[in-house]
Amino acid sequence: MTARPIQFYFRGAVQTISGQPATRSVLQWLREDACATGTKEGCAEGDCGACTVVVGERDDTAPGGLRLAAVNACIQFLPTLDGKALFTVEDLAKGNELHPVQQAMVDCHGSQCGFCTPGFVMSLWADYETRPAAPTRDQTLSLLSGNLCRCTGYRPIIDAATAARAQPRIELDRAPVRAALDQLAALPALDYHCGDTHFTAPRTVAELAQTYAARPQARLLAGSTDIGLWVTKQMRALPDLVYLGAVAELRTVTREAQHLLIGAGVTLTEAFAALTDAQPAWQELAERFASMPIRNAGTLGGNIANGSPIGDSMPGLIALGASVVLQHGDTTCEIALEDLYLGYQKSALQPGEFVRAVRVPLGASAPTHFRTWKVSKRADQDISAVCAGIAVWVEDGLVQSARVAYGGMAATPSRARRCEAALKGQPWSADTVRSAMLALCADYMPLTDMRASSGYRSTTARNLLWRFWLETGGASVVPTRIAEVLA
Amino acid sequence: MKAPHTVIGASLPHESARLHVSGRAHYTDDLPLPAGALHAAFGSAPLAHGRITAMDLAAVRAAPGVLKVLTAADIPGENNCGPVLHDDPILADGLVQYWGQPAFLVVATSHDAARRAARLAKFEFETLPALLTAEAAMAAESWVLPPVQVNRGDAVSALASARHRLQGAVDLGGQEHFYLEGQIAIATLRDDDTIHLNVSTQHPTEMQHMVAHALGWRAHQVSVECRRMGGGFGGKESQSSQISCAAALAAWHTKRPVKLRLDRDDDMTITGKRHDFHIEWDVGFDAEGQILGLALTLASRCGFSADLSGPINDRTIFHADNCYYLDAVAIRSLRCKTNTVSNTAFRGFGGPQGMFAIETIIDDIARHLGRDPLDVRRINFYGDSAGEQRNLTHYGMKVEDNIAPALVEQLARDCDYAARRLAIARFNAGSPVIKRGLALTPVKFGISFTATMYNQAGAQVAVYSDGTVLLTHGGTEMGQGLYTKIRQIVAHEFGLPVEDVRLSPTDTSRVPNTSATAASSGTDLNGKAAQAAAQAIRARLAAFIAARNAVAATEVVFAGGRVVAGTEDIAFAALAAQAYRARIQLWDAGFYSTPKIHYDPQTMMGRPFYYFAYGAACAEVALDTLTGESRVLRADILHDVGRSLNPAIDIGQIEGGFIQGMGWLTSEELWWKPDGRLMTHAPSTYKIPAVSDCPPVFNVKLFEGENVEDAIHKSKAVGEPPLMLGLSVFFALRDACAAATGGPVALSAPATPEALLRAIGGLETPAEAA
Repeated sequence: MTARPIQFYFRGAVQTISGQPATRSVLQWLREDACATGTKEGCAEGDCGACTVVVGERDDTAPGGLRLAAVNACIQFLPTLDGKALFTVEDLAKGNELHPVQQAMVDCHGSQCGFCTPGFVMSLWADYETRPAAPTRDQTLSLLSGNLCRCTGYRPIIDAATAARAQPRIELDRAPVRAALDQLAALPALDYHCGDTHFTAPRTVAELAQTYAARPQARLLAGSTDIGLWVTKQMRALPDLVYLGAVAELRTVTREAQHLLIGAGVTLTEAFAALTDAQPAWQELAERFASMPIRNAGTLGGNIANGSPIGDSMPGLIALGASVVLQHGDTTCEIALEDLYLGYQKSALQPGEFVRAVRVPLGASAPTHFRTWKVSKRADQDISAVCAGIAVWVEDGLVQSARVAYGGMAATPSRARRCEAALKGQPWSADTVRSAMLALCADYMPLTDMRASSGYRSTTARNLLWRFWLETGGASVVPTRIAEVLA
Repeated sequence: MKAPHTVIGASLPHESARLHVSGRAHYTDDLPLPAGALHAAFGSAPLAHGRITAMDLAAVRAAPGVLKVLTAADIPGENNCGPVLHDDPILADGLVQYWGQPAFLVVATSHDAARRAARLAKFEFETLPALLTAEAAMAAESWVLPPVQVNRGDAVSALASARHRLQGAVDLGGQEHFYLEGQIAIATLRDDDTIHLNVSTQHPTEMQHMVAHALGWRAHQVSVECRRMGGGFGGKESQSSQISCAAALAAWHTKRPVKLRLDRDDDMTITGKRHDFHIEWDVGFDAEGQILGLALTLASRCGFSADLSGPINDRTIFHADNCYYLDAVAIRSLRCKTNTVSNTAFRGFGGPQGMFAIETIIDDIARHLGRDPLDVRRINFYGDSAGEQRNLTHYGMKVEDNIAPALVEQLARDCDYAARRLAIARFNAGSPVIKRGLALTPVKFGISFTATMYNQAGAQVAVYSDGTVLLTHGGTEMGQGLYTKIRQIVAHEFGLPVEDVRLSPTDTSRVPNTSATAASSGTDLNGKAAQAAAQAIRARLAAFIAARNAVAATEVVFAGGRVVAGTEDIAFAALAAQAYRARIQLWDAGFYSTPKIHYDPQTMMGRPFYYFAYGAACAEVALDTLTGESRVLRADILHDVGRSLNPAIDIGQIEGGFIQGMGWLTSEELWWKPDGRLMTHAPSTYKIPAVSDCPPVFNVKLFEGENVEDAIHKSKAVGEPPLMLGLSVFFALRDACAAATGGPVALSAPATPEALLRAIGGLETPAEAA
């Protein structure tokens, strides 16, 4: 590969960037180098949304061939913008004429201190550009899930999301953006050096496999929703990065009769859409998983490969019997997802090996009943105290098979083998579930930390199993979830 | 003659709204830096309590980009940023008093370089025993300030003779401000031994004095400016001084401009929070639930230094009655000294904790008697002011405008409290897993700084010869809409559209000796001062035009951008130009001091408040008894802002305050490791309400009425009181817990899922639903 600078579309022209460390954040570049201070830093960890910007990518299925998504600029590394378009709050108004989402925020009194406001405006704008009709209230809550406001209490901002649609529509002229991105797409794959930092963005799986096999010490980077914090919070040096985001093959979802195959580069937004489509029980977890901008940037493959004990996708996937396709050089293999995790931050991945895809069984092998839930202090954008994935296969009133997995209960997401054993072969009944709840006590020895105590985690894990029974076992308890009374 | 109210009472947008939404509003971090500017970062000591026996800074000094590393020894003046007692070092001098306390300051070429270098210090310590909680400090009798006792009547006899008696204790958590814009200061040396600071602060004057003391200078050498903050909530009242002093120190040493912007984790680690409390009570009451005697202990965790803990805890005492008459009462207020960050002002300033205590007691009384808590609240209300019964607070102030009963009745009617109470009971009877709860709680909040001297303000108003107006005042804008309201007040005096009136940034060199923008007083004080300045100028203009039209100056009308005197009708701008040529003074200063207030800090008796602001909220919640998770389903609020200056801004304060109060009592949990290290130091771990926590049904109304006192245009302060409306959510959750257990409820705050599950006895054994 030949080295070249980073190139992306910004303020109507292609920007060419060199001389910046590969781990410089988009936000640092905006505020400190581009003198574009409209985008704010509130937390530098992707949790407050004050830094929300919109990134545009080539996508022939999107209007104008341009897909737009809100992301957190504070944890995106500058080289990941290569070949993309960057929009910030300063791009919206034309002179003194505010964009409808901005005008609606003024009209609805949606700003007080104003510091979070640019982030809200960009989340609203991304939605405005991507959803033709006004969002419903639930859609508004979802699209603003990554933006914190400490002043308003949110009501006027929720109102602004719909008020913006009552004004004459002003749309982004996508043609020149797409044309610029097409030109950038003709450039060779990015291989960027600055000082002692190196960032490579292969375009094919073969290139990726080859690059990573040759540089096994490199850090694989996808959405940077975790790795970004290693830099902003832990001050870690990441001198060698290999980026998955430019590999088109990894960004595909294939649904066949017997399985769903999700490429490692598929964003969480897209992955959960596919999962929910196949198994509606994913819906609640999909909404509570992180926030909109994190789901837009983060990938399912990254959540899995990262292997955090509190990664929220894994319990459900393990319960469904998902497997991961691993690749090293030209060689691929496939293992059960739970077998990927050997211990705290220890995976079965060999140096130079990467997660290529996740396979989720469908059709005949799908369970009779499946649920996946998370429990946290706050409904949205919080890290789980406990996350559960529960699946049972019931035939003639007997549990043929059960797969029960939890996050937050051990050093890795893991199956509750004793609990499963207590279910298997037993009648699908309240008594069976009660004995499985008792068995579950022996499966885990959870930690106490700032999210929850050990006792809370154990109790809640058991209670989620009980709720699973209430919802699937024919008992007529209604409601079983707050969501049902919120409507 | 007064012009009709056109601007006053209008729901104008925030004066910076268009700047906010377009990213053009400049916060301190957005200001262009002068050439050669440097960046600073604190280096923190990782220990709760101990002596530094060695601090090796060699690696810090050698780190890339580092120009200077400063310690306590490099402070030319006083090493203190404590606002009341001088017990709060800018940089720890040998003694570390909480985990993460700044011990040195790195000055480097970039923010990133300074932060990276700050982590490279090597400490050696002699570890000292650390007191981490209020209860531990109580046992050790460790205080930042002496205990305070307030008695009225004979609580001991009243308790002994009461038909019913209950004792209890509850823990109430603190709260991180989580202003979206972190603490920041930029210090720039100017010539002739002067320095200018741009600081995100609610208290520029205090920053001025603290910086002067730290440098060993006098006040007139330091100027401090703040155009706007990205939120303050009390967290930038006293606590911005450590940042200001450090930035000034770095600028003084390097002779270059220095910016000190705290990273979020540093900000949450080294700045104080709302005081958490341990509360104990003994209450006697009759069969109806009327309180006859109360002994109350209010112990707050102040942290390692006094900061504002004295007046904060005083306000807790003053609000332990909320809306209720306490006949025989004995309150013991303990100001616990702990080896934790120094807790500070936070919206409500101790008041919310006092109200939490009495509301908990009332709720317990109701559950003990099997009565609706709202009925017990009603029976304990202060009497109306006409009769002389039950209307004197335990600190000797008469409640003269008790609108709480009327306000509560109106809200109860509007939100259909009684019918919903029945419907919820029916729902709960048939719902074993999800329980609903309902609570209606009132608020009475005293308005004025309890330290009487702070109840003063100044403003300067300038009319230029083209008729435009520029003004400045001592208050600061943190999002609450102060600048917007002051602009309305001044525009009204001149009969001008608000577009003709601008505000320049708050600056200690323009208006001196200002009080903190705090205690909800910003508009009351600065609005009156700005009004006085504008009226002085208007009087001169009126006299000028009246003279030539042979009418009385009081007959001149300023309205619609024009001035009318007899038959003359002239544009304001034209009159201003004529007045300038006639050598009439077109600028002036205004001053205001709040009347009627007095208070003896020794006896804690007097009239500390000019008036009270009232409100009430009714919240309905759902509780998941399997996980302890909860949501607010509906909230109804009726709040008293007197005659509103700007209803849109007032409603914004009410809604935002309610949600912030709700967050304090539900999801916002501060959690320390046993070694005293705060682990919830970023939004990933500290959870303020997010968008879906906004109740799906949220009805907010202003109570019709006007201030009985002569506050600015008969309005009332609105900054803090609405926070306490959030209490309704906590007590609705308590109600849902009671529905789950059928018995008494011991629920600590914040009511996290874990706290709620514990309160319903669900933590130990598997829930046996169905």
